[in-house]
Amino acid sequence: MDVVELARCRDMASIRENLQALRLPDFCNLGTWLRVLLAVNAMALAAAGLLAGRLEQWLLQFSMTAVYVEPTTLLSLVVLCGGQRWLARLPGVLAGTLVVLVAVGAGSFCAALIAPLDPEGGGRSWLWSALAAAVLLAWFDLAVRARSPAVTEAKMMALTARIRPHFLFNSLNAVLGVMRSDPRRAEAALEELAELFRVLMRDNRDLVPLSDEIALARQYVELERLRLGDRLSVRWDVEACPPDALVPPLMLQPLLENAVYHGVEPLPAGEVVVRLARQDDRVLIELTNPCPPQAVASTGNHMALANIRERLLLFFDIEATLEAEQAAGRYRVAIRLPYRRRNVR
Amino acid sequence: MTAALRVMVVDDEAPARTRLRDLLGDLASALPTQIVVEASDGVDALEKGEGAEIDVALIDIRMPRMDGIELARQLGRQRPAPAVIFVTAYDQYAVKAFELSALDYLLKPVRASRLAEALRKARQAPATTEAIDRAAEQIAPGGRRHLRCSERGKVLLVPIAEILYLKAEMKYVTARTGEREFLLEESLAQLETEYGERFLRIHRNCLVARSAIAGFVRQHESCDADSEGHWLLLLRDSGERLAVSRRQWPQVKAAMEG
Repeated sequence: MDVVELARCRDMASIRENLQALRLPDFCNLGTWLRVLLAVNAMALAAAGLLAGRLEQWLLQFSMTAVYVEPTTLLSLVVLCGGQRWLARLPGVLAGTLVVLVAVGAGSFCAALIAPLDPEGGGRSWLWSALAAAVLLAWFDLAVRARSPAVTEAKMMALTARIRPHFLFNSLNAVLGVMRSDPRRAEAALEELAELFRVLMRDNRDLVPLSDEIALARQYVELERLRLGDRLSVRWDVEACPPDALVPPLMLQPLLENAVYHGVEPLPAGEVVVRLARQDDRVLIELTNPCPPQAVASTGNHMALANIRERLLLFFDIEATLEAEQAAGRYRVAIRLPYRRRNVR
Repeated sequence: MTAALRVMVVDDEAPARTRLRDLLGDLASALPTQIVVEASDGVDALEKGEGAEIDVALIDIRMPRMDGIELARQLGRQRPAPAVIFVTAYDQYAVKAFELSALDYLLKPVRASRLAEALRKARQAPATTEAIDRAAEQIAPGGRRHLRCSERGKVLLVPIAEILYLKAEMKYVTARTGEREFLLEESLAQLETEYGERFLRIHRNCLVARSAIAGFVRQHESCDADSEGHWLLLLRDSGERLAVSRRQWPQVKAAMEG
């Protein structure tokens, strides 16, 4: 079977899978919470508008509804976040039904709590909850489908940071340069290059432990040192680093490559500082490098950062941030992402 | 048999220089060469190459202090000017500019056969200074960033940004900075073409940096108050005055108003 056919088969399989599976959002994600709250309130606002009829009553009606809507939504989300792991193991349709039931339960519970204070309202709140939950589930499923699997996959493949041709050709040239005088060094460099490219070309869709990323980055630095010698120094500040933290693959190395290309190569010598640290439930990845004079803000740099930013978005939604700034003659990139570890099952 | 080609090798990466040295050694029987200068960046190359006679310069593009593009422009102004061959790992933008100007270049990793071909071509029909300037202007617009000046066998590089004015005196041009004057071996007309944006001609023999102009005063000749007199330019900071010729005054005025 040739490659094309193989690919087509995989497509078929994923379509069949799609029909069976309802894709649930990540209920513990801040982005999901924001979207759910916004959507629920928008629905409540619309419903209030329909019920009120007159404009003056609209807001009043909405605030009455909100008394039920907000606690119900939050309670449902808390329960769903807690039960996420069990939900994930169930078949999609069953999980979806459970989600709706959770919303109904939360709606009835809140209605029961508030009922003594509001004798008139609260009727049929379980129905409203069920409706809202079903609509939201359908919406999330649609959104996830729009991004996946084929689209997200293609995006990931395209985004997976590509190594600069500049680095590849210069490295090969450097290996040729030391081949005669130091064959062992040349051998070691080719081995490193092969390993680096093996990682670059593998399937880079899943989060990887930070320790793997560090090992890869160190290998890359070794190769750069073959070319640049003592001109390049890298300081690793990794004492507070959580080696088990899961991070997007191929993020540290492109950042380092950027720092070397823009910050060290245009100078007679320069130092790159890499700081990896855990800050409560967040992981900080920070790189600084010198800003050479007359540094033109080249598009290459922006592309690499935009690429990483987009991948962070795909992996962590809005829970990861990337900032880049220039201060005191140094350029700094800082990434903060949620501290996640491999599930111990 | 012809005499050995005198070669300059400039690259900031030591292994890359070694590679070129090895290749030139391999080619020696067919194409004898002699490495006269081996340097790690543009400034280093100009310093080491001062007074040396060079036939061909193999120049990397991305280098600290002074890149290969500017080095090529500096070498192009030297007499006799060496033939320049650019060597680059990957620089689509520069390569495109070279091709537009029909300049020869080598891609890293460099191959012996390709190097030999480029050297032969360089000996027969070296790239002209104009072609190099044309490509350089595309890659890094705004002219060279330094003017070169030789003093007692030493190379001095005067940053363009620090020059207040350029003045032609006798057969030399002097560049005036905040600190001192430098004697250049270039013509004022050429400098005006290269730096037309930065400098303004105020006299047949004088170009002034637009950013250094503080204002103008009128000076009356002798005691004749009716005469129009002529205009003097006031320099920022030093307060030095430079004569604006009558012929240039309308252009100067237009430039300052526009």
